[in-house]
Amino acid sequence: MTSVSSLRTRKDKPSSVLPQILRVLFLIIADAAVGWVLSRFITLGYLPLAAVVFILTVSVNIILLIRKAYPLRWMVVGLVLMGLFTIYPIFFTVWVAFTNYGEGHLITQEQAVSRLLREKYLPEEGKSYKWTAYKSPEGEYALWLIDAEGNGYLAKPNEPLFQLDPEDEPLWELDDKGTPETIDGYQRLNAIVAATDKNLTEILFGEEGRTIQVRSPSEAAELLQKYTYDPDQDAMIDLETGVVYKNLRGTFTSSSGQSLRPGFVESIGFTNFTKFFVSPALRGPLVRIVTWNFSFAFLSLLLNFALGLAIAILFNDPGFPFRKLIRTLLIIPYTVPALLTILVWRGMLNPELGVISRILGNLFGWAPSWFTNQWWAKVAILLINLWLSYPYFMLISSGALQSISDDYYAAAKVDGANAWQQFWHITLPLLLVAVGPLLISSFVFNFNNFNLIYIFNAGGPPMANTPTPAGHTDILISYVYNLAFSGSRGIDYGFAAAITIIIFFIVGTITLLQFRFTRMWEEVSENV
Amino acid sequence: MSSKKTVTNIKHSASLRRKIGIGIRLVIAVALIIFSIFPILWVVSASINPTGSLATQRLIPRNPGFGNYQRLMTSGDFPFWTWFWNSIKISSITAVLSLSITTVAAYAFSRFRFKGRQTMLKAIFLIQVFPALLALVATFLMISQAGDVLPFMGLNTHTSLILVYLGGAMGMNIWLMKGYMDTVPREIDESAMVEGATSWQIFVRLILPLLKPILIVIGIINYIGTYGEFVLARVLLSSNDKYTLMVGLQIFAGAQFDQRWGVFAAGALIGALPIMIIYLILQDQIIGGLTLGAVKG
Repeated sequence: MTSVSSLRTRKDKPSSVLPQILRVLFLIIADAAVGWVLSRFITLGYLPLAAVVFILTVSVNIILLIRKAYPLRWMVVGLVLMGLFTIYPIFFTVWVAFTNYGEGHLITQEQAVSRLLREKYLPEEGKSYKWTAYKSPEGEYALWLIDAEGNGYLAKPNEPLFQLDPEDEPLWELDDKGTPETIDGYQRLNAIVAATDKNLTEILFGEEGRTIQVRSPSEAAELLQKYTYDPDQDAMIDLETGVVYKNLRGTFTSSSGQSLRPGFVESIGFTNFTKFFVSPALRGPLVRIVTWNFSFAFLSLLLNFALGLAIAILFNDPGFPFRKLIRTLLIIPYTVPALLTILVWRGMLNPELGVISRILGNLFGWAPSWFTNQWWAKVAILLINLWLSYPYFMLISSGALQSISDDYYAAAKVDGANAWQQFWHITLPLLLVAVGPLLISSFVFNFNNFNLIYIFNAGGPPMANTPTPAGHTDILISYVYNLAFSGSRGIDYGFAAAITIIIFFIVGTITLLQFRFTRMWEEVSENV
Repeated sequence: MSSKKTVTNIKHSASLRRKIGIGIRLVIAVALIIFSIFPILWVVSASINPTGSLATQRLIPRNPGFGNYQRLMTSGDFPFWTWFWNSIKISSITAVLSLSITTVAAYAFSRFRFKGRQTMLKAIFLIQVFPALLALVATFLMISQAGDVLPFMGLNTHTSLILVYLGGAMGMNIWLMKGYMDTVPREIDESAMVEGATSWQIFVRLILPLLKPILIVIGIINYIGTYGEFVLARVLLSSNDKYTLMVGLQIFAGAQFDQRWGVFAAGALIGALPIMIIYLILQDQIIGGLTLGAVKG
């Protein structure tokens, strides 16, 4: 008795002091580190990312400090990772979909403004010089300037120009062109080193307000700031010409339509979505892509399921010879990483050299051009997908077949039903109930079967005259990939994200059907 | 007499029909097996074809040899072993960490009763319905931003790739795991608690050993999925020495594929072998797990 009660009290006591202190200490250090990261994110203008890191940090602190949240401590790592790498990207996708994030609009407005503020122009009365560069052992730079009249000047950052009087005794040893070899420990850089030194063009030499900058390998000049930012108008003003460039959807644009580079990320409302539905230039390719996307997913499901089911029925008989061996050999396509076998098929279908084309060529004197003809490319994709996926359907169908009671068939035989009728009226309906949800998942999987499309032929053959890269076998998700990562033309993260959301609505609707169809949700709820 | 004869005749013809049926089905089976293993045989043959090009390959090569494998080992512009090692490293780390995270969290969901428990479980279920592939652009942008501050988890690092994989770790597997854990009787926990054991001790010493079968299945399915994953790795990694095997082979096959065919075949075979072996040995367990809802990558 006593021992049990003493154990109870020990258990009820708050955990001992040392772990407590350690935990708080750990939290302080971790919070400080996160705080530093947060401040960097904010300075860089990555506000959505900063917000999610902040929210997660606060939650972790609460979970670790409050006793009532004890069960959550067991899953805190998983929750943080899920928050950062699964939930946040979903929200971020939504945010990006409403912006013009993409080519020409890659940086925040602060970054764009600060870049434009650094631009300079050469005023009409500005002086230009020939220059020679010097570098000190500490890495500081100096310029030796010679103006049009042949006067020499020494220029250092943040110091007034120092003119060398030709009448005086030269302070430094000059070469035959009147240029010093070294200046007070600064070593002269040869012309090639100087011309390729990127730091040099960034440095402002001379005193504030009259700075001199290197403009080209032969010229340095007194430059003035070209633009200033006016926060009231949200506009850049050209100090040379007086033109006002107003912020127009992420680009500073003048009233005459001139725009400044770089642009920046800016919210543009539903433009990306309306573009998807109404843009005349995109209509053609998009209608084709969506049509093919649905046909591909549907035909794949139909063919793969039909073959898988047929095999399952044919070899369902437990007494069938070599049943186990046949099954093992037939699931082999499923055991190889799909990416590798798609590449193998690409080699085998190669129009001149591939084995399948050679066999067909020998038999019929003709072989389809699997990669350049859009219809044959589609046939090839369906064929490869059939090879990849029928084992899965075979496995799930044969599992489901075994769960169908023999009594149904016995009753059907009494009623005089033939095999075909038994299949249509007993096997198929009962089977569909069992594997229905898996079929829907498989449809959704194929709807987004990026690997197959991208690796086989990168969506090709390409469609002609499209504003962004698109191919005849592209599905929506591979089109999105082209928009975001193809690197050739028209990178548009905003539009890509908008299409992603549209895909999500399609997939979401289908999944919802799946829930209704199977009452999976109720099962899930009961299971809790 | 005659009626007896007809009966045996019918019996005889029924067994004949059955035999013919089996015969036809065996022929179909052979045709299907050819369809299913021909590409594999073709790759094996390509890998030992000494000329190594697509055009000169026959099913049974003349003068077979291991030249393609030797080129694979030694070729400098094609760091096959680095890719292979990267893949094994990333898949192993991901599988182990993902398993730990899921198991520990599933224990809490299975054994503790707390407010919001059901909501959280349902939320996790709903979140994993959103295909990770769709968040690709956002994930890429996010990692690129994170890398500006923390270079060790920016673009072209294995850390970032593993973290992104782990972000989806809880998903469906927590349901499988929790479901399995619910079948372990709670009396085990309760009696240990009376003895004064803490929850952590109960979890590690008592529950964990009982979970071995499900741990193996989920761990292997996760390993295979990560090993074969392509898109995220393709988007996040950008240098030859960082590629996983899948990305490396895909890029290698992108140029002069017909010339590199033999070396590619050798690489693909070595790359596929570990997974094929795992599959064929553990086919029953893995198939059970797959039909429960875990997804092959």
